[in-house]
Amino acid sequence: MIDKCVSIDQALENVRDGDCVMVGGFGVPGTPFSLINGLLEKGTRGLTLIKNEANEDGMGLSRLIEAGRARKLICSHLGLNATVIGMMNRNEIEVEFYPQGILAEKIRAGGAGLMGILTDIGVDTILTEKKQRIDVNGRSAVVEPALRADVALIHAHRADPFGNLVYQKSARNFNPLMATAADTVIAEVEAIVDTGDLDPEHVHTPGAFVDHVVVMEEITSEYGVLEHHAL
Amino acid sequence: MWWSWKRSRPNTGYWNITPYKEKIAQRAAEEIAAGQVINLGIGIPTLIPKYLTSEKPVFIHSENGILGMGPRTQPGKEDRNLIDAGGNYVSLVKGASFFDSTLSFALVRGGRLDLAFLGTLEVSETGDLANWIIPGKFSPGIGGGMELAQKSRRLVVTSTHTDRKGRPKIRRKCTLPLTAKGCVDTIITELAVIDVTPEGLVLREIAEGTALNEVIQKTDAPLIIPRREVPRF
Repeated sequence: MIDKCVSIDQALENVRDGDCVMVGGFGVPGTPFSLINGLLEKGTRGLTLIKNEANEDGMGLSRLIEAGRARKLICSHLGLNATVIGMMNRNEIEVEFYPQGILAEKIRAGGAGLMGILTDIGVDTILTEKKQRIDVNGRSAVVEPALRADVALIHAHRADPFGNLVYQKSARNFNPLMATAADTVIAEVEAIVDTGDLDPEHVHTPGAFVDHVVVMEEITSEYGVLEHHAL
Repeated sequence: MWWSWKRSRPNTGYWNITPYKEKIAQRAAEEIAAGQVINLGIGIPTLIPKYLTSEKPVFIHSENGILGMGPRTQPGKEDRNLIDAGGNYVSLVKGASFFDSTLSFALVRGGRLDLAFLGTLEVSETGDLANWIIPGKFSPGIGGGMELAQKSRRLVVTSTHTDRKGRPKIRRKCTLPLTAKGCVDTIITELAVIDVTPEGLVLREIAEGTALNEVIQKTDAPLIIPRREVPRF
């Protein structure tokens, strides 16, 4: 029987300085904090990071960026992270912004073996000023090349040893897309079940896309409820 | 079965919201029709749900992959895996669904979002919207705003009539970089409800206790004033 379960250290062994790393999550839900912390401890640097946002100050992806490990960040929004905005304004990190759904589609295209997408989003704005344009049936379209990464870090709710993944609620977000779009896909999971115990109708990411499964030892406090977002 | 909010007295304690924002949100809620799929941007739009009545069931979309979002979760009941696009813990209504980020924006770009409410920095008389960047001062990224502005079937801007320095936000032309061109259908402020039409900006309603002159004075773009008496809200 195939068993892709490994330790965090084993899973991250082949992540190298200068790699491009995609990281799932939208806010706390779906962010693989354990894998990010593993990368922080490993000391990898010069990274290009791709994530919807950079988490909030002092959390998750922001910790990697604050520690100076990232050369570049590709994301959609940094509204909840003044630290990274400050670093961007001081040119301590290069930041590339995309409309959220276009970022998602670029990643989906990368995962699907396509070269890019065509879109009219932002055609009248400064966001697309320097981008390649083509005419499609008389309409101006922006060419958005596909995005792939060396490594994807994924957080899932449950997995089986083959790497079939099930996400939970709003923790799904970018995870299933990124799980298709990297050369090495590492999924941390809250629980592992026996092969055959996941209902095939409910598998979100088929195991073929996943290289390593890391079963989390505990759900640490960073995965918990953020008081400042509660009533 | 749709879930809907009951009309209740605005609770201004949580967010320290000034009354005019409540007034804008209350008026904005009247633009929603029963059964619509809607998206609420940050700021004033997040106040709209409490002004929806049980006769007006709606499905609220959240960019992070939810359709059928309910009100914010009561203290102690938060689910760590269930937030809205602004990070707040939310509940679900019956019939809700989860999906990934591509499907979330397929719903928006594909024309299945009936109505979006967004705040703004500036709006032009032709419905151009500028709400995402002040070069050199404010550039947190566009998030989902550009797609919502450009592709929702109807876009209502909810905003104060003037900025913090008292300058008109409704202008002949936007001075800030655009979010999208010609995307705004209606503007709701504490002073007026204004429709963007091919002829120009039409004053549809005026706030109770507001003089017509004040609206004209605080609007940089020309307003088309109907000959009949303008209804109050």
